[in-house]
Amino acid sequence: MTDATARSGKNLKVTRSRRNVAWTGIGTVIVVAVLFVFPFYISSGTLGIMVQALVVLTLASMWNLLAGYAGLVSVGQQAFFGLGAYFILIPAMHGLSPFASLPIAAIAAGVAAFPLWWLLSRLRTGYFAIATWVMASAIALLIEQIQSIGGGTGMPLPGLTGWDPAVLTAYTYWAALAVAVLAIGTVYFLLRSRIGLVLTAIRDDERAARSSGVKVGIARMLVFVVAAAGCGAAGGVLAIDLLQVVPTTSGGVFSVQWTAIMAFAAIIGGLGTIEGPIVGTAVYMVLQQTLQSHNAWYLIILGLVAIGVALFARRGLWGLLDEKFNIRLFPVGYYLWAPGETRRWRRNGSAGAGRPAKADASS
Amino acid sequence: MSQGAGEHRTAGDRVENGTPLLDIRDLVVHHGQLRALSGISLRVYPGEVYAIIGANGAGKSTLLRTIAGLHHPTDGSIVYDGRNVTGMRPEKRATAGIVMVPEGRRLFPSLTLEENLKVGATYARKGPWTIPQVYDLFPWMKERRDQRTAQMSGGEQQSVAIGRALVANPRMLMLDELSLGLAPVIVQRIYGMLPQILASGVTVLLVEQDVSQALRVATHLQCLLEGNTTLEGRPSDVTAAQVEAAYFGMGSVAREVHADPGEGGEA
Amino acid sequence: MAWVNAVIQGILTGGLYALFACGLSLMFGVMKVVNLAHGDLATVAGYIGVGVIAATHMPFLWSVPVVVLAMAVLGYVLQRSMIQAAISRGELITLIVTFGLSIVIENGLLQFFSADTRGIGVGSSLISASFSIGSQIQIAWLDVVIFGLAVVVLLGLQFFLSASKYGRLIRAVADDREAAQLSGADYRHVFGIAAAVAFGTVALAGISYGMTTVIAPTTGTDTILLFAFAAVVIGGLGSLWGTLIGGIVLGVAQQIGAQINISYELLAGYVVFLAVLVIRPQGLTARRSES
Repeated sequence: MTDATARSGKNLKVTRSRRNVAWTGIGTVIVVAVLFVFPFYISSGTLGIMVQALVVLTLASMWNLLAGYAGLVSVGQQAFFGLGAYFILIPAMHGLSPFASLPIAAIAAGVAAFPLWWLLSRLRTGYFAIATWVMASAIALLIEQIQSIGGGTGMPLPGLTGWDPAVLTAYTYWAALAVAVLAIGTVYFLLRSRIGLVLTAIRDDERAARSSGVKVGIARMLVFVVAAAGCGAAGGVLAIDLLQVVPTTSGGVFSVQWTAIMAFAAIIGGLGTIEGPIVGTAVYMVLQQTLQSHNAWYLIILGLVAIGVALFARRGLWGLLDEKFNIRLFPVGYYLWAPGETRRWRRNGSAGAGRPAKADASS
Repeated sequence: MSQGAGEHRTAGDRVENGTPLLDIRDLVVHHGQLRALSGISLRVYPGEVYAIIGANGAGKSTLLRTIAGLHHPTDGSIVYDGRNVTGMRPEKRATAGIVMVPEGRRLFPSLTLEENLKVGATYARKGPWTIPQVYDLFPWMKERRDQRTAQMSGGEQQSVAIGRALVANPRMLMLDELSLGLAPVIVQRIYGMLPQILASGVTVLLVEQDVSQALRVATHLQCLLEGNTTLEGRPSDVTAAQVEAAYFGMGSVAREVHADPGEGGEA
Repeated sequence: MAWVNAVIQGILTGGLYALFACGLSLMFGVMKVVNLAHGDLATVAGYIGVGVIAATHMPFLWSVPVVVLAMAVLGYVLQRSMIQAAISRGELITLIVTFGLSIVIENGLLQFFSADTRGIGVGSSLISASFSIGSQIQIAWLDVVIFGLAVVVLLGLQFFLSASKYGRLIRAVADDREAAQLSGADYRHVFGIAAAVAFGTVALAGISYGMTTVIAPTTGTDTILLFAFAAVVIGGLGSLWGTLIGGIVLGVAQQIGAQINISYELLAGYVVFLAVLVIRPQGLTARRSES
């Protein structure tokens, strides 16, 4: 693009991505459809693993949204994860089907986020992190006081006892799939929206974003609430999967291990990219399956890898892939085309035409 | 551009001391995308008072900060006392003898006057300057040595900052915008210390926005404008008009000044 | 009466909290690092102590300087390597790295020591001995000793920061990193010293804690980190003695809570902490001082 053309600003086209987004959309539909029919062909055991993966995927996407886009490092997300589980348990104890309560869990967790945001919003990054941890511990402690929902030891989930195990697994799987798809979809559309621009501005340079009058506060609050809802839904799915809700004893829903898992998956996959959590979840599942989850090793290795990635490969595994092959599954950026430039693109890491504009929202 | 100025320079003092203490070639420095210095060269010889003048944004402080090591040049070289220090960490340069009094004083607010000096003396080279020596230079400091510097006046803070740099026993003292925010009387008094500082064997490289002040103390000067050199030479060889033109960038040709060949024998 | 006992107990516990907190405060004041692994470091110190005593059978008192020194060295090394790398990449990365460190440490301890709790067998009469004031008030000697230790450490820190060469350098670097560099100080080295001191104090805290109660792999984050941070926040960031005040406020609040209902002990602490965060984030004694 010559200087003259750039300066004139005329005849410049701005598009969403360097090639047709349509096929990405179709691709997504195909993938989801394939995943949907899994229960008809895959064994229950594998489906169970897939449920775990989908839960982690949901959580990782939410943590990525918080830290990668809004700059909020929350180490207390287990609060909403746990609340979601309990918001499935309580209606179930009064006769409501756990599956039907999933939306309730998500919404309730989101609503719970509002007063907590009021407490936390003014805190700077480091304070914010610790405060989220305190908040989660406090919530866990409060819930443990309530004996009617299990107190400190937890409670089995009623309402699903009559089900055929295979059918139950299938429906749990579909619920997990729905939650994950909704979660990623929400993140995607959020980032494509005006709020998304604000978030990307924050991600790139928070001080600049603030000083340019951009509504940083509202964007972050929205992100916090959405992340809470997402974690809540995931917690609900876990409750259904495990058929019990245990607050804190090892692996309990309020355990900080959940935040560790979602944070590490998000980091390893790549913060600040939508595809990152997918990669990160895959890595997590591989580690977890090979090292058997009752060993503490997989968390140690996961943690060390996450530290390594944070220090040396800031944009994570997906970032590395993106740089090498220049792929993007979920385009949220803008590309600037000068008159006459076509949609060819070269495979050496630089787009032949349509150079990404400086404010490329996806990286 | 004054690229060729060095070759034409005369000034008996300079030639005598052969090797420059500081030799900077084609320094290019960026602030992010913005180019602050576009190929600056200069040479400072021992015993000189080398003044760099220029308007705001000309790149003067950037130049000093880069020499001090707080900024990495994109291109070019900095040779100090025969050694290439372009990649050297700032604290190593300080212990090698390049000590800067930064713009805005930058004293340690939670430390007392004497503690500020002590910090300066922690990694000092061997030399004549000690804390008692600084108290001789600035007698008022002795009674107020245990006071927090935050409550002191601008001129007093500036003196403390200079003292902190002196106790490190620099070979090359760099002064960044001494006059900023100070009353002219104070500024003159502070610059009045220069002879004593020079007498101890220190070479001075300074940046000044106040041109007349710079002209009064400098033995050599260089004017910067938007990252380029627009004038270079001895104060006695430049006219006010030339300085003005160089400072503001008026006139289509940036001038170099060299002494007449007849003036004093040149190589 | 029981309330007076509770308040006294709270005050004494505050000393322990101050021991936890001063290292955290130092690292934040100097390097602007919120070390999420801080609590776990105290636990590690406790475990090192247990291990050292078990392996060498040395008298308990000898093991203390060994552990403190080991932790100080660990602090310097960790700071110069991992934490420095994180600092130069920003606050977000620093939080992530220290969080990762916390999880790795906890799970590492779990892996090698199992989830069982340990106590540091002092083997002397210190643990259970107590004295009485009047007929209603009972005070354990151990708690008094730890409180005294906390005061001594704080005094030591204050002296170190105000009168020693490195203390001065630490304050200078904390004030203005660049200006310190211009004076010849390698700030990475100074950061390392500060971290070493912080780790040393947290080691003392961990050992003390192990003496008063038992430690487990997750004690670091379950209790210690929150208490340490709460003490720092309540007392005011940047104030060494503020951590003592913060610790005392926290301790008293917890003991009073416990009097009301035994399970409110922890909760009371959380409430005070969150309240201070909301009302006055600078803490109760917000003044600019050494740390």
